[in-house]
Amino acid sequence: MNFARIARLSAQRIVKMVAVVLAIAVTNFLLIHAAPGDPASVIAGQSGAADPQLLAQLRAQFGLDKPLTTQLAIYIGHVLQGDLGTSFRQGRPVLGLILERLPATLLLTGTAFVFAIAAGITLGALAAQRVGRVADSLITVLALGFYATPLFWVGLMLVLVFSVWLNWLPSFGMETVGADLHGWAAVADTAQYLILPALTLGLFYMAVYARLTRAAMLEVASQDFVRTARAKGVPEGRILRRHILRNALLPVITFAGIQAGQLIGGSILVETVFAWPGIGRLAFDALLARDYQVLLGVFLVTSILVVLFNLLTDLLYAIIDPRVQTA
Amino acid sequence: MSAFIRAFARNKGAVVGLVILALVAITAAVASLVFPFSPWDMQGAPFQPPGDPDAWLGTDSLGRDVAAGIAYGARVSLLIGAVSTAVSLLIGVSLGAIAGYAGGLLDDAVMRFTEFFQTIPSFILAIVLVAIFSPSLGSIVAAIAIVSWPPVTRVIRAEFLSLRGREFVQAAEVLGRSRTAIVFREILPNALSPLIVLASLMVANAILLESGLSFLGLGDPNLMSWGFMIGAGRSVIRLAWWMSVFPGVAIFLTVLALNLVGEGLGDALNPRLARRR
Repeated sequence: MNFARIARLSAQRIVKMVAVVLAIAVTNFLLIHAAPGDPASVIAGQSGAADPQLLAQLRAQFGLDKPLTTQLAIYIGHVLQGDLGTSFRQGRPVLGLILERLPATLLLTGTAFVFAIAAGITLGALAAQRVGRVADSLITVLALGFYATPLFWVGLMLVLVFSVWLNWLPSFGMETVGADLHGWAAVADTAQYLILPALTLGLFYMAVYARLTRAAMLEVASQDFVRTARAKGVPEGRILRRHILRNALLPVITFAGIQAGQLIGGSILVETVFAWPGIGRLAFDALLARDYQVLLGVFLVTSILVVLFNLLTDLLYAIIDPRVQTA
Repeated sequence: MSAFIRAFARNKGAVVGLVILALVAITAAVASLVFPFSPWDMQGAPFQPPGDPDAWLGTDSLGRDVAAGIAYGARVSLLIGAVSTAVSLLIGVSLGAIAGYAGGLLDDAVMRFTEFFQTIPSFILAIVLVAIFSPSLGSIVAAIAIVSWPPVTRVIRAEFLSLRGREFVQAAEVLGRSRTAIVFREILPNALSPLIVLASLMVANAILLESGLSFLGLGDPNLMSWGFMIGAGRSVIRLAWWMSVFPGVAIFLTVLALNLVGEGLGDALNPRLARRR
């Protein structure tokens, strides 16, 4: 493993991340100004509409009487200092609100992602191994089905079956209210609440990765080195694991990295369905309250998360496949 | 053309998809004949379970007919799916053609721009756009189009890069045809088949996006849509499963049908790839 190469890759990604943050800050600025109505009232959200004193204060703070370019500079200055504004609804800085909710979202999306990768690759490999047989068709149909089902509806159906009809799992929240559990009991409690939302978010991506793995494995299986291995008398199971699967995993990992943004976007819907106290739920509440500063802050922070996640998959890729060059 | 139809029909799934899609389109077309009332009007007692002759898919918590809602919702879904796809094709093809034909710095700039849009979480951007410009048919279509064009740009750029060096394009250049003529008459028609497949998948994706937006309460307040119905039935799912189950089935069938048709089109337009699979 070449550390200089990895360091260079990280440096490139950090430059990219700064570029994305700046671009989002500009986008947010443009949105605030393109929105119908006075920018100050957009920043203040619904709560500021009746308070002329607050609006005057905001105009001074953001220099709203100055030229647009000065305003942009002021706004980007705020963002770079980690000041994402204030939620006037909750009377607190937006960044604090988001960071408070971040662990819950990371737990949900992380679990869903690991589940999707593990189950997707397993199912895809099974389907490729039995290509054309019943199991293959079944897995293909399953993948096609989850591909076409809206996330939030999958969540509702899981609630209907596992919470309402079977009464096996809790349907909303993150922990039993008032139970006051500690240590492993608390972990087990949260795990129970985590199953349905993580499954909801993960099933769709499981379907995507299963299809990808199947296609990649069939592609690799037809190549010469696999035929050579077979001619040498390498056992079939070993060919599948060491020769085919290993090479087929690379496109799956690439794609998984690209899709990180959608995973986080999907968590808004899932957190809304399951009342999971993460960023997505925060965004939904902000949506209902027309609390635009929070909404724009969520947009910025989730974009940073995506770039970080891309960096992670790039590094993973560079470690798995030494041929990868830093572009 | 008949060879194309035969190739398409060889894919059983694609034919099934086409039939479902036709049924959804017919439902949308005859909605106001079968249900000659507004889907927002109270039609019977609230919480009526399905199977009633007056409301065979039941009524919701305000006594609105679920079947009527689904029929009118089909219009909204298909309309938004088609129009937003058309808009994003327009954006994507223009940018892709510029990047692929011009090359150089312009290409770099367009691709950076595209990459930026592919990095940011598209659903969150769509939510922000619709929320700030207040939910309406126009803002929803615009938001979906703005987050859906990047794949089109990539596909068209790649096609342009590979086609612009081919003999027939060089011949047109030698003949002195104008740049617009070369782009629109020579290159674009040859880049159509991947675009058609992509477009059918984009309509499916747009319908999913719209349902997600209206589920969150960001639908056009004047139009009944499937996502809205599920969102409205969500809080009473313990009492009345049918309010959220049936609209979801409608979304599922429509999106599945579009995906199947897209796959069939891909096989029919690119028979070499289909046989390899």
